[in-house]
Amino acid sequence: MTDPAAIRDLPRPNNRRWSWFGVFALLFLAGAQAFALLTSPPDRDMGDLQKIWYVHVPSAWMSLLAPGAVLVFSLRYLWKRREGDDLLAASAAEVGAVFSGLTLVLGMLWGRPAWGVWWVWDARLTSMLVLFLILVGYLSLRAFVEDPERRAQWSAAVGILGAINAPIVYMSVKWWRTLHQVQSSPSTMDPAYVLGVRLNAFAFLFVMIYFIRRRYEAACLERAAEHAAEAVALGGR
Amino acid sequence: MAWRDDWRRVRTIAWKDLTTERRSKAGFNGVVALGVTILVLFGFALGPDAQAIRAAAAGALWLAVLFAGVLAFNRSYQVELETGALEQLLLYPGSRWTIFSGKLLANLTFVGLMLVIVVLVGIVLFQVRVPAAWPSLVGVLALGAVGLVALGTFYAAMASRSRAREVLLPLLLFPMLVPVLLAAMEASKALLGGDLMHEAGAWMKMLCAYDVIFLMATHLAFEQVIEA
Repeated sequence: MTDPAAIRDLPRPNNRRWSWFGVFALLFLAGAQAFALLTSPPDRDMGDLQKIWYVHVPSAWMSLLAPGAVLVFSLRYLWKRREGDDLLAASAAEVGAVFSGLTLVLGMLWGRPAWGVWWVWDARLTSMLVLFLILVGYLSLRAFVEDPERRAQWSAAVGILGAINAPIVYMSVKWWRTLHQVQSSPSTMDPAYVLGVRLNAFAFLFVMIYFIRRRYEAACLERAAEHAAEAVALGGR
Repeated sequence: MAWRDDWRRVRTIAWKDLTTERRSKAGFNGVVALGVTILVLFGFALGPDAQAIRAAAAGALWLAVLFAGVLAFNRSYQVELETGALEQLLLYPGSRWTIFSGKLLANLTFVGLMLVIVVLVGIVLFQVRVPAAWPSLVGVLALGAVGLVALGTFYAAMASRSRAREVLLPLLLFPMLVPVLLAAMEASKALLGGDLMHEAGAWMKMLCAYDVIFLMATHLAFEQVIEA
């Protein structure tokens, strides 16, 4: 697979429009954060601590979208065998891992003042942690496999199984929690905050799409470099 | 008939794996010894108070089986990898899922036997009072073992052929097994405690659902994984 045709077939992303999208995404985020922070009243119980929700909740929602993206791209890879889909799946997994890690840290920062402890075995926090570990496992698999085709095929299988498992993990942990009654995090939000959270959710969505796009471009370059190294090693041009 | 051929392939592979293991025995003995050792270490971690140990028995038991089982899963591909037999196996015509089914059955036998021994030792070490509903407990052990072995055999097909197999298999497998472990531990705990709240049935249904979903998913995905 070192002939020029193969290298030509590698995904070659076009960057210009995406740079503008990135600027838009970051400006939208800044605007959404400003709107939410300035216009929302302090919570009755939590005071200004509530404001962390404008990053924590969108982050959580994005980390739930990521396994869905991994699932779709992995299925498409197995169907069409285009390298671009494998690289997209991997980018989505990596960005998803970052967002789920962020969600956990932000949750802990909220939890310490609110509950007095850094961690509780709350259903959502715990299943988010397991999701983070599933994504880390996926990324470790990719790190430990060198052959690109094997890596793509194995990642697709692991990604699909991991994505299927994510809702099952959530259900089982939630069940486990309800059997051992302890406090849970608030699930209904006061209407005063909903607009702010929704705006920020969209902002985070745009930022996540931008991150996945940039990561995908980097992955394409890495892949092209791998091809070039192979060609050199085999005595080609 | 195709299914008869497939079933024969499954049986042959299962028999091959079990015979290899039976002849060497080192693997099985080692895995059982490890399971028992882990139970002992849990005893040190949680005991010596009888109340504490009894309360933690279900959890400790399943974790011991899990950690010992991980060794078994990687081993199930190791013999073939070392001798280059896997390529030869793939040269034979026929569906790939039969290879997975064969290995699954062999591993299930292996892990099942180990489970029985570890449970018996656990009952002694953790001063467990065997409940009247012990057939249900056997059911939970069986369902949990199926889920554990299905995913373990599947992920081992990849981990055993990658660079860091000892690290990669647990890293991939353990988060995926969270529902199985939770359900099996909670159902076992409930049954050992007399199941006053009738929770065990619900957990067993979840185990069944999980087993069905992942038995199908792993069989379907195995071809992708073994051919690469």
